[in-house]
Amino acid sequence: MNHDPKPENLASNQMGFLARFLNDTEIDTRLLGMLGALALIWGGFHFYGVIFNNFGAFLTPRNLWNLSVQTSSIGIMATGMVLVIVTRNIDLSVGSMIGVIAMAMGLLQVEILPQIVGIGHWSIWIMAVIVGLIFGALIGALHGWLIAYREIPAFIVTLGGLMVWRGMAFLSAGGRTISPVDGTFALLGGGPYGAIGAWGSWAVGLTACLGVAYTIYAGRKSRIKHNFRLRPKWAEAMLAIIGWSAIIGAVLLVNSYPWPKGIVKQYGAKIGQDLEGTFISHGFAIPVLILVTVGILMTILVTRTRFGRYVFAIGGNPEAAALAGIDTKWVTMKVFALMGMLTAIAAVIASARLNSATNALGTLDELYVIAAAVIGGTSLSGGVGKIYGAILGALVMQSLQSGMVLIGFDSAIQRIVVGVVLVLAVYLDILYNKRVK
Amino acid sequence: MTQKRTPLVNLKNISISFGGIKAVDGVSVDLYPGEVVGLLGHNGAGKSTLIKCLSGAYQADAGEIFINGKKVIINNPRDARDQNIETIYQTLALADNLDAASNLFLGRELIGPGGFLDESKMEAETRKIMARLNPNFQKFSEPVSALSGGQRQSVAIARAVYFDAKILIMDEPTAALGPQESEMVSELIQQLKKQGLGIFLIEHDIHNVMKLCDRASVMKNGLLVGTERVGDVTEDDILSMIILGKNPKVKV
Ligand SMILES: Nc1ncnc2c1ncn2[C@@H]1O[C@H](COP(=O)(O)OP(=O)(O)OP(=O)(O)O)[C@@H](O)[C@H]1O
Ligand SMILES: [Mg+2]
Repeated sequence: MNHDPKPENLASNQMGFLARFLNDTEIDTRLLGMLGALALIWGGFHFYGVIFNNFGAFLTPRNLWNLSVQTSSIGIMATGMVLVIVTRNIDLSVGSMIGVIAMAMGLLQVEILPQIVGIGHWSIWIMAVIVGLIFGALIGALHGWLIAYREIPAFIVTLGGLMVWRGMAFLSAGGRTISPVDGTFALLGGGPYGAIGAWGSWAVGLTACLGVAYTIYAGRKSRIKHNFRLRPKWAEAMLAIIGWSAIIGAVLLVNSYPWPKGIVKQYGAKIGQDLEGTFISHGFAIPVLILVTVGILMTILVTRTRFGRYVFAIGGNPEAAALAGIDTKWVTMKVFALMGMLTAIAAVIASARLNSATNALGTLDELYVIAAAVIGGTSLSGGVGKIYGAILGALVMQSLQSGMVLIGFDSAIQRIVVGVVLVLAVYLDILYNKRVK
Repeated sequence: MTQKRTPLVNLKNISISFGGIKAVDGVSVDLYPGEVVGLLGHNGAGKSTLIKCLSGAYQADAGEIFINGKKVIINNPRDARDQNIETIYQTLALADNLDAASNLFLGRELIGPGGFLDESKMEAETRKIMARLNPNFQKFSEPVSALSGGQRQSVAIARAVYFDAKILIMDEPTAALGPQESEMVSELIQQLKKQGLGIFLIEHDIHNVMKLCDRASVMKNGLLVGTERVGDVTEDDILSMIILGKNPKVKV
């Protein structure tokens, strides 16, 4: 099977079961650590509720579904933050950018576009989203230009951005809240109507299962073609089964969270049927599907394209990257523009979910996003980071946050916890890297 | 190697300074096809800085570069690669977090169907060339930070050799290599020379210089002391050029 036996393979006979399992399946220990942390947080909050409130509210379809929606906007930004941190930079401005981009999109769809194309026109949400994406990319490109071409440290540029964009968000409408947003736009934020229902979720789930199978199959084929080391068959099967179970579990979960009675009634009235007592599943929320799509695209960008390769090369050794003919400044600027665009997607979701744009939207998000990336294995010294790690990191951060809300911690304590977790995550990363070296 | 032929490379009066210190001061050297020219000099003499002007890492403050008799402007490493100049840097210039194949193809990745990186092809090619240069090399899937100094150096050498260079710059290519690997690099140099490449070799070991080079250019404090055919001088002549900064033959 393996044409050039390597020491690591020979050694695997002497390894313990767990070590051999990890070696054969090529699962990294970091992923296991994150899943462990997640289990601890979820279980901890749930049983805290069971013990002190006589009711465990965390591990319920309702809470987990909401958690998935809340994770979306942080998760989407975290995938971009991975690239920013990998290139040895930082972006402190994403929270403020959410505010100003959301305000721009809000003003556009509530006050400007209706006057041009008419109230409730179908194209309003599309134009608002497109303008938002462009606006985000431009802000990011401006940051990137100052950082790469004017050589101002990213820390300073984006700290300035944090102040400037929040101020702009306030000025853009004199501090008013803009609502309600366009009806179709609002679907992008989730909610009963902004979810794809039971059948849609099964369709997505089965497609995802096929995707997992294909990825494993294609990977194996390519390894055979080039005589590379193969995973044992049982490991491949195990990975497929784990993947499928996770997907099917997620589908069952989101499908077991029903629409609230009021919404069912409202919907029944709309379609002229009496749906009293019908169980209508939420299914996957649209923002979650956006997150998954962004996650897949970003993973492909990072692992399969030149751009992704250059981002990591710059993080590993900027001088070597430049000597290899890579235009490091241009790549850096593109990374920040991409960060801006992802922030705009997050702004769409956040304001759609709130059904309004406020100038305070996204406050403190930068901390969650940076913490998510770091918890997910992105190293602050640059050159190392994983997209799926950042998304899981976002889930960890959001679980902490919503768990604290659920058991009634006030916002002061929440801040303290988030601050401590951020520092702790970086410290653990340093310890982990020391041990690896 | 009659002087009537056009040189492959002609560096004319190259000068470059860093904050008032003249690292290279009006140095001229040339290189013919199938020739190995040694660049010698004590630490800080300006050897690496001179060749970095040719490899595109630095831009000279003054001076001209001719390739095959034609004046060229080399503003960045890409310009140098376009002229078929490949460089093994003293610092190796490897991205430590990437594996051997990613480093070998850095900036020139192979692209497969759909415009995506062809990782498997790149790894397969890397295995082929490493089998030639360093048959003991096995660590293909690890980041190069996990490699020994010598293994890292073989990756850097493989990168310079893989892309069919016409002009090869080797800045102390054997500094970290063991005797067997050094010997393979010597053989490689002789083989590339036979194929008609021109090679600038920066090397401190005087025996290697005498063995591998056709001519030797000696630098001291940014200035060129002189260039001599290795066959016409003794080791001691060259050593005295390096140490005293005087060309014994010129004095005669
Ligand atoms: N980027 C730089 N900035 C400032 N000074 C530099 C820079 N690069 C080189 N120098 C200076 O230029 C001079 C020549 O350095 P260079 O690296 O060319 O020496 P070298 O001959 O290659 O020495 P070695 O044998 O130690 O490699 C030194 O005095 C060095 O300090
Ligand atoms: Mg040097």
